[in-house]
Parts: sequence; structure tokens; C-alpha cells
Amino acid sequence: MKGYRKYFGKKILWLVITFIAALLLNFILPRLMPGDPVAAMTAKQAKGLSEASAVKAIYDNYAREFGTNKPITEQFFTYVGNLAHGDMGTSFSQYPRKVSDIISDAILWTICLQFPAIIIGWFLGNLLGALAAYIRKGFDKVLMPLTLFFSSIPAFGMAVILLVVFAINLKVAPISGGYGFDMLPNFSWNFVLSVIQHYQLPFWSIVLVSIGGQAVGMRSMSIYELNADYVKYARFLGIKDKKVVGYVFRNAMLPQVTGLALSIGTMVGGALVAEIIFSYPGLGTTIYQGIAMADYPLISGATLIITIMVLIATFVLDIIYGFIDPRVKAAQFE
Amino acid sequence: MKNTIRQVFHSPKFLVGFCIFVVILLTIIIYPLINPGNPLQMIGLGTFAKPGTYVSLYDSINTETSTLKLPDADEKRVASALSAEDKVNMVNWFVAAGVSIEGLNVNDTEALIELWKANYDTAVKPSGMTKAMRNYYARLNESINASANSEELTVTEPDESTGEPVEKAKIAKTDYVNVGDVTNVKTLPLGTDNFGRDTLKELVSACGTSIRIGLIAGTVATLIGLLLGLLGGYLGGVVDDIVMFFTNIFTVIPSFVLLILISNSINQDQRGATTVALVIGLTSWVWTARSVRSQVISLRNRDHVNLSRLSGHSLPRIILTDILPYIASYVVMAFILQVSSGILAEAQLSLLGLGPKTTEVPTLGLMMNWAMLYSAHLNGSWWAYFPVILTIAFISFSLNLMNTGLDQVFNPTLRD
Repeated sequence: MKGYRKYFGKKILWLVITFIAALLLNFILPRLMPGDPVAAMTAKQAKGLSEASAVKAIYDNYAREFGTNKPITEQFFTYVGNLAHGDMGTSFSQYPRKVSDIISDAILWTICLQFPAIIIGWFLGNLLGALAAYIRKGFDKVLMPLTLFFSSIPAFGMAVILLVVFAINLKVAPISGGYGFDMLPNFSWNFVLSVIQHYQLPFWSIVLVSIGGQAVGMRSMSIYELNADYVKYARFLGIKDKKVVGYVFRNAMLPQVTGLALSIGTMVGGALVAEIIFSYPGLGTTIYQGIAMADYPLISGATLIITIMVLIATFVLDIIYGFIDPRVKAAQFE
Repeated sequence: MKNTIRQVFHSPKFLVGFCIFVVILLTIIIYPLINPGNPLQMIGLGTFAKPGTYVSLYDSINTETSTLKLPDADEKRVASALSAEDKVNMVNWFVAAGVSIEGLNVNDTEALIELWKANYDTAVKPSGMTKAMRNYYARLNESINASANSEELTVTEPDESTGEPVEKAKIAKTDYVNVGDVTNVKTLPLGTDNFGRDTLKELVSACGTSIRIGLIAGTVATLIGLLLGLLGGYLGGVVDDIVMFFTNIFTVIPSFVLLILISNSINQDQRGATTVALVIGLTSWVWTARSVRSQVISLRNRDHVNLSRLSGHSLPRIILTDILPYIASYVVMAFILQVSSGILAEAQLSLLGLGPKTTEVPTLGLMMNWAMLYSAHLNGSWWAYFPVILTIAFISFSLNLMNTGLDQVFNPTLRD
């Protein structure tokens, strides 16, 4: 157990460090904006206002809300203190709603859409990659370039194609949104059905895109392992092919788990953009609206939440990896 | 070196990818020579003109005509004057007026019109039909007859002094002009986009810009990653700790989030294509740094490196002659992937509304963004977005193929 404790302790330490770094970046980057951000925002909001005192009032209000009139270290601690209370400021574009309210409405949609999609895409991709590596001839030759081409289509492109084919031409799925536009979120049977219908296209567009990349990676990994010395030795010993293949794929899977942990950030980024195409009520659409309306508090809050989501997902994967890979444990005793 | 390159070009995967990429590059270079002009010029008023050949109506009136008597010209004319809605309304009239429509297919325009001509009568007043509806049918009947009869059209021009219309030309139904004779004919293979710009010309130009963005981003990312990886891996100790600290942090924090934050901090006016490319490069060096570092660590204590060190060679020389050649193949592969992901990153940023300034250059992402903003995907203007998606897919496909090909050359275990 000592090895595990050390491994997990290290992972938790890194989680804390990256979390602090993410906070710092989220705080500093928007404040690096050339010129006075408050002045820029005031100019945007006060378009058409001619009265100087009104503009001044807007400026002062923003300066107070963001605390830009205080030294930067003090601003940072206020920011962290507010965050600890779940306060991310007030949205400009949906005034007077709190940023934390908007995000808590959107976050469940994003989590329910992206994580199942990424995991199923990862699973199917690995299955396909392993098959391609095992069968090689023909299957591999046709499927490989096809998969590679599929993985080259960006997630938003796949989203648009699915949307046009299934929602507009075949009319088998709704065009946009997370549920029927004539409904309010509740727990009725109709609402759940509508949610499931709206879920299909965004879900499959993410799955289809992630299958490709994973399959290519898994294929290479499996071929590496199939050619390893221990496989040849096992075959010489006369161990059944089925059993050997089982070992091979277990070993090939391990780097794929790490691969998932490392690429989950990229996948989430792509999937967020795919959300926009369907106007899915998740964080991607929220960020999009925030950018269109120059809603700085909303953008900053949403990016922070996404970062935290990815940090936690990576951490969980690291923990799972620690349990399934005996080498991690062994490495701790060196 | 020569041998390696020969080996690389023997890999079918690399070759296919390379050829696709070269074709794309050649198109970018050659197409503007055939079809010169500013790709951002708005040639069309209104949005999303369909792909096809556009013939100037004005010029075709002044062009010499020849008479062709085509047997099915009238039928086609009548058919094209009817919308799908008109056809349904015609059937409705038959039903209301009690005409038998047994065996009638709505899509069989010819039979529909025949039946209409045989049965329609202005005097018939089916019960329950409003006057507005009856007027509509009268107009419909007129337009059907007008397209079918053989009158001529007269083109007039206002007289300069009196303003009276003066007859200029008569156009018979059998008059045809040769498209080759008309002075102004414009072929738009991909129609126009929402601003009325020639989509194909814009696409070619955008493809060039996007590849340039990818190359700049890839170069920046590879250089930073290479530098950090070499320093951390070779020097070890505190330098390595610092490099690894930052690398570990930026591996977990999604680079897309950083891209959003940084791009959002730069004003739209200052966001040129190059700036966006630099920002993408600055946020995507982590992978290269990680892998270069681990490879350098395994190289650091090889005999030839030790020998070089004992001979008193300087640090830059050891890195350049004893380490770089061993990781060159890997760096090239990483660079190719960076280019491809740089192009994708630009497209995603632009879709979010954080792409380069629109007025300067077109990029693939901006084209996609405008197509989505003007709902090209909802109103059936496939030419505004589908070629863009296909182009992005083909660029990354070619780069990925090259990468896989290189991988198989340099990792013999992966060979087919």
C-alpha cells in the first residue's frame, strides 16, 4: 500500500499545483489585455451615450466590480475569495444573472454529452484498432485509411454533416437545442424523450470523430506488442493464441488509458465547438454567446470550469491507471 | 540522408499523403494565376448565389440570335414556372371543382398541366373557396397560358429626351444565343457566399492562409518544444525540473482554453492571421517538449555523446551534431502533426468568433464561421460550408498520412 500512497499523493499534489496554475492563468490572461479593459468595456456598453457623467458612472461601476483600482495581488485574493463562495461575478449579456447560475445550468448538459461520447468513442476506437492490428491483411488496408480520413474531419464538420443529413434532409432528428423549444425542463416523460432525441446527433458526431484517432493509436500500440519478444516466447511455449492475444491487448490498452488522459483536453475543446453547431445548451454554446456579447465574466467563468472538469477527469484516469497497471506499483518500490 | 529520403518516398502512405498535399499547394499557387483578383471582392449582391454559370441578360439581348425549334421547350417552360406549392394547389382545385384526379401524380407536371388546361374555367366557383383563392387560380392560369403561348417579348428602352419607351428588340420563344457569344459570362463553380463573394476563389485563398497559419504555428510550437526538451533533457537537474514543472502543468490545462483566453484578450483589430498563428504556436509546444526530452534523456549517456563531451566540444556543437540527428525524424513527425492541429485550432477559434480579423484575409475557419452565422447549413447552401469541411479534412488527412508513413519508415515494427 505504501507504493500506492506515494503514487496517489504525488498525483494529488499535481492536481493542486495545476489547479493553482489554472486559477492564475485565468486571472492574469484577461488582465494582460493591452490598454484598460474597463475602459474598453465601458466604451462598448456606453455606445450611443453622450452624457459624460453616465459614461463615468458605468466606468466606476465596472472598476468597482472588477476591483481594477486596487493593486494586482489584492485583486487576485479577492478573486480567489469570491470563487471560494462560488461567486464568479455578474454576466453582462444576461444581466442581472450571476455567472455561476448560467454555468450551473449549462454544465450538466456538457458533462452528460461529452463524457459518455468520449468514453464510447474511445472504447469503439480501441476495439477497431485492436481488430485492425490482429487481422492486418485487407481489413487493415481498407479500414486504416478510411479511419484516418474520418479522424481528419473536424468535430464541428462532422456535426454539420450529421445535422444536414439527418435533421434537415431525412428529418429524423431535431435541428437544434437540448430539448423541444416548446418545453420547460421538468421530469415528465415527454421532456425526457425530447432530450434523448436532441441528444443523438451531438453525441454521434463526437463519437465518430474520436473513434478515428483512438483506432489509429491502438493499432500501432497493438502491433508493437504483437511483435514483442514475450509474445514469441509465449507462442514457443505453446500457450493458446487466445490467451496470448488477451495479454497483448491488455498491455496495449495501458498506454491508451494514458493517451485518453492526455488528450481529453483536446477532445473537450473540439466537442465544445461541435455543441455550437447544434446550439446545445452546454458550456460551448455559453462561451460562444459570451464571446459574441463581449461578456468577459462569463467567458472567464466558463473556461475556468472547463479547465477544472478536465483536471478532474485527468486525475480520475490517473488513479484508475494506477490500479490497473501493476508496473505503477512496482515502480514505486525502486 | 539521401538514403533516408529515398526510403521515405518508398512508403506508399507517405507518398499518397504527400501527393494530396502537393496538389493542394499547387492549386493554391496556380488557381489565382488563372482567376486573378481580390478573393474578398463582393461580386454578388445578396447572399448565397447557387453554383453555376451566370449569363448576362443585358448582353444576351444584344447578342446575335439563332432560331432553334426544340420540341419540348414549351413544356419545360411551363413546368419551371410552377412551384411545388402551385402544383399542390392545382390538385386542390381539381378536388374542389370535382374533377376526377384518379391516377394523377403531382410530380408528373405534363399530365397535370394537360388536365388543368382541359378543366380549368374561371367561371367555375367551387363552394367554400374564397375570392382571394379564386383570384390566385386565375393568376396561375394566366401564367400557365403565358408560358405556353407563342407571343414575343418586347424589350424597350426609355427615349433620352421624352422618356417614352422605344422598342429595342423583340425576343421570340425560339430565339437562342450561344453562350460563347455573350460578352459577360461568369462561371461560379461554388456559387457565392453570404457576402456575395466567389466561394471557390475565396476557398483557395483561405486554404493558403490556413496552411500558412498551420506552418507558423507548427514552427513556433516545434521550436519552443525542441528548445525546452533539449535543455531539460540534456542539462538535467534544476533546468529539467523547471521545464518539467511547466510541461506538466500545460499538459493538463487544455490548450484550447488557453487559446480562448489569450485570443479573447487581444482586440479584434489586432488579431491578424499571423498573430493568431503565433498564439496557437505558443499554446501547443507541450507535446514536442515532452517527447524530445524523454528521447534526449535516453541519448544523453550514449558513448558517442560521452566521447564528444570528453573531447571538449561545446554544448551547442554536441546538441547539433550528436543529439539532433537522432531525434530529427521524430521532430519532423511532430512538426507535421502540429501543422495539422494548428489549422484545426484556427478553424475552431474562428467558429467561436475569436479568429483573425475578417476584413483582411479569408481563412477556412472564418469561411465556416460566416456560413454558420448566415445559417448556410439550414437553408441548403451546401457550397458555403461543405467544401470548407472537405478541404480541412483533406489537408489533415494528407498530413496524417505522411505522418503515419514516416512512422512506419522509422519504426520498423510498424511496417506492413
